[in-house]
Amino acid sequence: MTLEKIQLEHVPSNIHIYATLFRDVSNADFLHSQLLARNPDFEYAFVDASSVISRFHLLSAVYAAVNALVTGTLRTPNVHSEIVVSLNTNNNIADAYRRWGITPGKTKDLIVVKVVVAPEVSSTETTSSPTKDKPTTQEQQQQQQQPEDEQQSIWTHLTTHVKGTPSELSDANLAPLTDWPKVRKYYRLNAVPALAGCKDDEEKRRQEERLAVMGMALKGL
Amino acid sequence: MTAPSANQDFPPPKILTHPSTSPPTLITQGAEGRLYKTTHLLPTLPCALKYRPPKPYRHPALDARLTRARISAEAKVLERCWREGVPVPAVYAMDAARGWLAMEWIEGVPVRVGINNFLGEGEETQTKGEGELVDLMKRIGEAVGKLHRTGVVHGDLTTSNMMLRPRSGTQVNGESEATGRDDRVKVLEGEVVLIDFGLATQSMSDEDRAVDLYVLERAFASTHPRAERLFGAILDEYKTTFKKAPSVLAKLEDVRMRGRKRSMLG
Repeated sequence: MTLEKIQLEHVPSNIHIYATLFRDVSNADFLHSQLLARNPDFEYAFVDASSVISRFHLLSAVYAAVNALVTGTLRTPNVHSEIVVSLNTNNNIADAYRRWGITPGKTKDLIVVKVVVAPEVSSTETTSSPTKDKPTTQEQQQQQQQPEDEQQSIWTHLTTHVKGTPSELSDANLAPLTDWPKVRKYYRLNAVPALAGCKDDEEKRRQEERLAVMGMALKGL
Repeated sequence: MTAPSANQDFPPPKILTHPSTSPPTLITQGAEGRLYKTTHLLPTLPCALKYRPPKPYRHPALDARLTRARISAEAKVLERCWREGVPVPAVYAMDAARGWLAMEWIEGVPVRVGINNFLGEGEETQTKGEGELVDLMKRIGEAVGKLHRTGVVHGDLTTSNMMLRPRSGTQVNGESEATGRDDRVKVLEGEVVLIDFGLATQSMSDEDRAVDLYVLERAFASTHPRAERLFGAILDEYKTTFKKAPSVLAKLEDVRMRGRKRSMLG
């Protein structure tokens, strides 16, 4: 199973994030149509891997979307579409779907993110902070048992419906899939003075990643 | 002007109440905001989180607007500087409505600490390693020159608002890099990174730029009186980096004569 559970810093513990990568996806049309039909079984963020730079880049968008969910400030129907929109540097939603979402006939490599909001085990936020005392055995079982089933059932559903090769969502796997000319255009990375004097390729990539993340954080300010 | 009682608790922003691998720590508490050291996305990525808490004495609607505008303004300035190659922390994430801004954590010590460590308890006459101090002054001048070239004035340029970031490529230990220099001189090494843009504005006026330099000059006079005589090195490098420096330096003369405030009101 290449579906991993991702624990991000400063995310409430009842929010579970799962993600994986599918290479050479052949049924993008079908997946896209499920999104358009708002099929509740297909509540996933489908992100075109060619528009993504790295895990850090993707996770920045996931975090922004989860923050919008937690604070009740979603601008799109759900947290999954919000992930796609969070990758954009402006507030144009249709544009974001076109650039970072799944596109029939175009998307080949697909990142899938699933965010599950579990019912809160404890009544208040503060008790789920790091200083929490030991949970009762029952709670422990619930916390350990449930996400595994959750992960397994998401994985089963994904592998039945996404026709592609599951791969680990690693920087090593993502890097070769990035369409740099496209990404540079989306994040306006051409002719940036800060990148001009940068000779080391790896360092330049890192700086471009930072600029992209900054663009997302500022959202066209 | 009431002194806060020692055990007055500052509730952290909501965002920091959500679980993280290591607990956030409060770094500084200013009049307007607080700075926490925490982690962003991953346990391995340290970040500086600036938080402007709501002010109970302001009308809630006005308070929300001011907080949002100020956080956004700071983020905007940082992005602009970063794009233009001014050494500043990168922005990771922000939520202006909730008053927080997450930035890259800059390693190292403030320039103030670096200079004071260097000057240490030594006598007035010591000149050993003065070349390195001049070199640091030049790096400061270059950073400020780049900043002003971008059309940004900092608003609170002091040696506390500059960091000395250790160079990442310092693994060349066996090489000539580290040899022949004692520890006292090494405290001045590193890249100068400008921080705290909470009072920064976008401005192209010579007046504003001159005030920036004047504030820095005064900061040197009060914090590092023994380094003040080297302040000229900052201005020299500033001139080299920034084409329009001459008119700013001319203005600086005026500002020196009258002080920071242009009008005599307020």
